[in-house]
Amino acid sequence: MTTARLDRRSPRSTVKFAATGTVDRTDASPFRRRQRRRSRLTALAFLAPLALYLAAFYVYPLYRNLDLSLRNYTVRSFVAGDAPFSGLDNFRTVLDDPTFGPAMRHTMIFTFVSIVFQYVAGLALAVFFNRHFRLAGTLRALFLIPWLLPLIVSASTWSWMLNSESGVVNYALHLVGVSPVNWLDSPDWALTSVIIANVWIGIPFNLVILYSGLQNIPGELYEAASLDGASAWQQFRRITFPLLRPVSAITLLLGLVYTLKVFDLIWIMTKGGPSDASSTLATWSYQLGFGTLLPKFGPGAAVGNILILIALVFGLLYIRVQRRQES
Amino acid sequence: MKSRTGSRRYTVIGLVLTAVMLFPVYWMLNVSLTPQQDMRKSPPDLLPLHPTFEGYRAVLNDQMPYLGTSLLIGLGTVVLTLLLAAPAGFALAKLKPYGGGLLGLVLLVAQMIPGIVMAMGFYGIFLDLGLQNTWWGLIIADSTIAVPFGVMIFTAFMSGIPGELIAAARIDGAGTFRTFRSVVLPVSRNAIVTVSLFSFLWAWSDFVFANTLDGGGDWRPITLGIYHYIGNNNQEWNAIMATAVVASLPAAVLLVLAQRYVAAGVTAGAVKD
Repeated sequence: MTTARLDRRSPRSTVKFAATGTVDRTDASPFRRRQRRRSRLTALAFLAPLALYLAAFYVYPLYRNLDLSLRNYTVRSFVAGDAPFSGLDNFRTVLDDPTFGPAMRHTMIFTFVSIVFQYVAGLALAVFFNRHFRLAGTLRALFLIPWLLPLIVSASTWSWMLNSESGVVNYALHLVGVSPVNWLDSPDWALTSVIIANVWIGIPFNLVILYSGLQNIPGELYEAASLDGASAWQQFRRITFPLLRPVSAITLLLGLVYTLKVFDLIWIMTKGGPSDASSTLATWSYQLGFGTLLPKFGPGAAVGNILILIALVFGLLYIRVQRRQES
Repeated sequence: MKSRTGSRRYTVIGLVLTAVMLFPVYWMLNVSLTPQQDMRKSPPDLLPLHPTFEGYRAVLNDQMPYLGTSLLIGLGTVVLTLLLAAPAGFALAKLKPYGGGLLGLVLLVAQMIPGIVMAMGFYGIFLDLGLQNTWWGLIIADSTIAVPFGVMIFTAFMSGIPGELIAAARIDGAGTFRTFRSVVLPVSRNAIVTVSLFSFLWAWSDFVFANTLDGGGDWRPITLGIYHYIGNNNQEWNAIMATAVVASLPAAVLLVLAQRYVAAGVTAGAVKD
């Protein structure tokens, strides 16, 4: 995996740099030292645009968002920019809001159920495509399509497929004798509906990463296992699954971080409704800030910052796992 | 060795699985060709037996400006991303800058920040500066999805360029910038293609930034074109699905032309927002 390779680079290059640094100091010729300093300056010149960019278009928006969450904004003071500082009031408002509990619960359900199904389906497909058969490569490529489509395309297609009266899903259920389900219009099914669509979108990602992980398992292991009379299931249990564990951990953690912040899909399909039945922290944050005629930017930003905190916890866990795997 | 019949059985299963997986895509095509009066027919027509192009005519009439804007924003995002990411990737891979490790970590974390939070921050800034509803404002916002990913791809790729190649250029008297332009960039074609492809696709697909920063005015992208179609309580699903089909074309083209780059990008930890 490139990520793995890439990420390994940063700490190691620092180490390498430190090592050459000491060597340099012992047999230092002033010329070489000057040359080294010059190449450092060149490096800075190459990095400067990126650094400025990150400061202006990452750090500043995030700072702006933090500032939003710590002030008492109204539409007027949002434009005028003189909102009074209100400390953690917005966070308190949000935590006391009756929507907070459900939004948090839906975020967790949406995230965990999505990644479990995506992972299981992705792994099964990866194992399947790992066999050599005609068209395997082409079909695997076709599996990428759901992941490449713009989310608005997938979301609107699923909306129509799940339409209560004329949707093809209810028609298929009717064929097998199940009465029609009010997918998007009933509070009982809205969350399930968006999870189904999200699993569909996420399977390709899991398939590709797990498949690349399978490629690194030596074929001789399976040959030896076959000679010992191990069944396909035993081979999966004893070889594939254990050896794939590092890749699985990375896939699941990445999936977690990225599913937590899913917004487009839910917003387009249900707008978090009906009556907040499918609202997550991401859609609620948007709802507060942009979804009404009287925007509540402060609480909206506060919810966004809570979401960042949760994402960072799993994100740092991901980085830790990745670093440990490489050492 | 597997027997031929075994292999054929897998091909059949594979075809069935792919058909199931891609059914929604087929359904989008089917609905885009369904006449309006058959839209709510029960049972629905599983094949477009009486295809109509009224949906696509609606696309031609209503959506062309949106498509043009999306193209502009997509290409702009590619250029901006390459300009920022390629030199930075080179520096991180080959020039051993101070704080390089830290920067790598920052880029990794940057990719985990929810788009909705960035959108809210950008909204405040754009309001201050009067940048809402501009195409280049949206290019800047969209580029934040692609730049960290781009730097990571370039760093990974350029680390693999042999040091001798760069040393040789130095001996021939080329400065660092010259080396970068004439030696490093030409051999980094694969990385350039991968980064361009994904930054285009993400900018083209972006909905969050478009909807928050570019909701009105003359420069709205195709994602909003579809969204407004749905939002107006439009029941002309053939027109909506026809727009969706057209909006999917870049993804389809890229998959056909550049499949190996796509797979490379996904494995590199690329994840759609």
